[in-house]
Amino acid sequence: MKPKLAVWKFSSCDGCQLSLLDCEEELLQLAGAVQIAHFLEASRATRPGPYDLSLVEGSISTAREQAQIRWIREQSRQLVTIGACATAGGIQALRNLLDFDEVQQQVYPQPDFIDSLATATPVSDHVKVDFELRGCPIDKGQLLELINAFLNARRPNIPAWSQCQECKAAGTVCVMVSRGEPCLGPVTQAGCGNRCPAVGRGCYGCFGPAERPNAAALSRRLQELGMDPASLQRYYRLFNANAPAFREESARHE
Amino acid sequence: MLQCILDTGGLQALITALWESGHQVLGPQVRDDAVVYARLREVAQLPAGIVDEQEGGRYRLHRTVIPEGVRPLFAHVVGPHSWKRFLHPPQEPLWRVEMDGQGLAIQPAEAKEARYAFFGVRACELAAMAIQDRVLKGGEHVDSAYLRRRQGLFTVAVNCTRAADTCFCVSMESGPAVKGDFDLQLTELTAGGEHRFLLEAGSEAGEKLLERLPGRAAEQAALDEKAALLAATARQMKRAMPAGAAELLADSLDSSHWESVAARCLHCGNCTSVCPTCFCTRTEERSALDGRSSERWRLQDSCFNEGFSYIHGGALRRSAAARYRQWITHKLLHWREQFGSAGCTGCGRCITWCPVGIDITEEVHRLAEAKA
Ligand code: SF4
Ligand code: SF4
Ligand code: SF4
Repeated sequence: MKPKLAVWKFSSCDGCQLSLLDCEEELLQLAGAVQIAHFLEASRATRPGPYDLSLVEGSISTAREQAQIRWIREQSRQLVTIGACATAGGIQALRNLLDFDEVQQQVYPQPDFIDSLATATPVSDHVKVDFELRGCPIDKGQLLELINAFLNARRPNIPAWSQCQECKAAGTVCVMVSRGEPCLGPVTQAGCGNRCPAVGRGCYGCFGPAERPNAAALSRRLQELGMDPASLQRYYRLFNANAPAFREESARHE
Repeated sequence: MLQCILDTGGLQALITALWESGHQVLGPQVRDDAVVYARLREVAQLPAGIVDEQEGGRYRLHRTVIPEGVRPLFAHVVGPHSWKRFLHPPQEPLWRVEMDGQGLAIQPAEAKEARYAFFGVRACELAAMAIQDRVLKGGEHVDSAYLRRRQGLFTVAVNCTRAADTCFCVSMESGPAVKGDFDLQLTELTAGGEHRFLLEAGSEAGEKLLERLPGRAAEQAALDEKAALLAATARQMKRAMPAGAAELLADSLDSSHWESVAARCLHCGNCTSVCPTCFCTRTEERSALDGRSSERWRLQDSCFNEGFSYIHGGALRRSAAARYRQWITHKLLHWREQFGSAGCTGCGRCITWCPVGIDITEEVHRLAEAKA
């Protein structure tokens, strides 16, 4: 029997799931190695659980989602969250920092029909998660590596160190040192494929905090480079605003 | 030793001759606001009239004030790249294993022929290459791919006629004058507004090549100019590694100063990545989806990564303080016991390319103060 794979969606944009469809050539190989039991983005046909591997996209934003993620956990041997929404709450977790009623008033003319929690939270706040795949969106190479590692019962080769090491391996010239451009790379986990620094932009932190990030030291440097406290506070508030290391560093500049 | 004087045309002839003898020539050129090492075919690609301003966490290129109308080609010093990129690359395959009936068939990675010619190797870089030689091919276990690349290498070294503010090769006894193992050495001369290059051979292969170049005999004035330039460069050094750094470190393992570094250090690993002597790697298994074959790859690693000191049960060096201490004590103290020299040549890269400008010389000074 081939292992059963399920892909689930919560509050999110679908971009991470699409990375799986984006695998193209490898997708055929993958379809040969696993039974895709639940993946609504790809097919209406679903099979009942339990599932060997569940990939979960999206943050938990409604009461219904709270219940559903518990059910999925019960049905899954391994549960892996994919993307910034599922691992940190995503961009929608910005509302965690604001007054929810006010946010609703601002966005919707008639907020009465909104049925939502006041916060958007990572899946790991609700159930046990076996592995977190970072990114906004995730990297398809890392996704394949994760499934590969699962199938071969080994640890995934997914490093937790800084984006800087991707720069250096790729030969990218550091934008912070050579141009004084702000960059979140030193506190951000590698894995995106060095997208921003490789085109001369600072890292936006899509892959969330690196292992034991020293964001306070980075902030001091950013201030020396001319960033004011208001910008510094916003700087850590992007896709991973609710990841503890970024959330706390941002709060220090309120 | 054989020597001659070349003009820029002669320099071009040298580059062309290296390509014609089957080398891939790599040399300095400006790319993305920095001087990096890349394929070099024309003298025109060299960073003419460019100087690099360097400080802790800061690197900027400027146009030089042209002395006597000459646009110097080697007024820059070392940039973010080092030759380690080519000799000991950030990642490479080691071997491949396949299921073969009941057993396993193992095949070494394809032995790629690599004949590089490095054009513009500085004294500190030659010293770094000599250090990596001791580590990677000097002992009982030789890294065969490294050895192959090293054997195919042709080195054109360049004497530094300017030092950056981050350079401290004099105190590490590695520069600014080229010495050791090289094929040719160049010195850029500009006296009297005449742009020319003193070329000196350092090996048989270098002599053979030199003889074929359109040079003229080197006059005493050229040799005197070289000596004066090197002396001036040595005097320009703003930084120095304090004498007795090794003993000081041995005596500072419990210093309270490590915590002060930890408060500043991002443990981003930029310092180890840019350091031309840092050699640590890890291996990674890249299995096929069906688990019937796998490739083993070697990748650059850093003592600033948590996984670097991972053993059963967890990482040994969990704090940034422990990791920085590991790095600097290895460079300046334990390296001596292990490989017979310091692991630092004074190139200054780790100072410039540290995003927060942590300075290896400054930290040693501060440790000394903490001791006093
Ligand atoms: S560009 Fe950013 S990520 Fe890259 S080395 Fe510099 S600080 Fe690190
Ligand atoms: S010393 Fe600088 S470059 Fe090295 S890990 Fe610390 S912050 Fe990064
Ligand atoms: S430790 Fe720093 S100065 Fe010394 S060789 Fe390495 S990068 Fe250069």
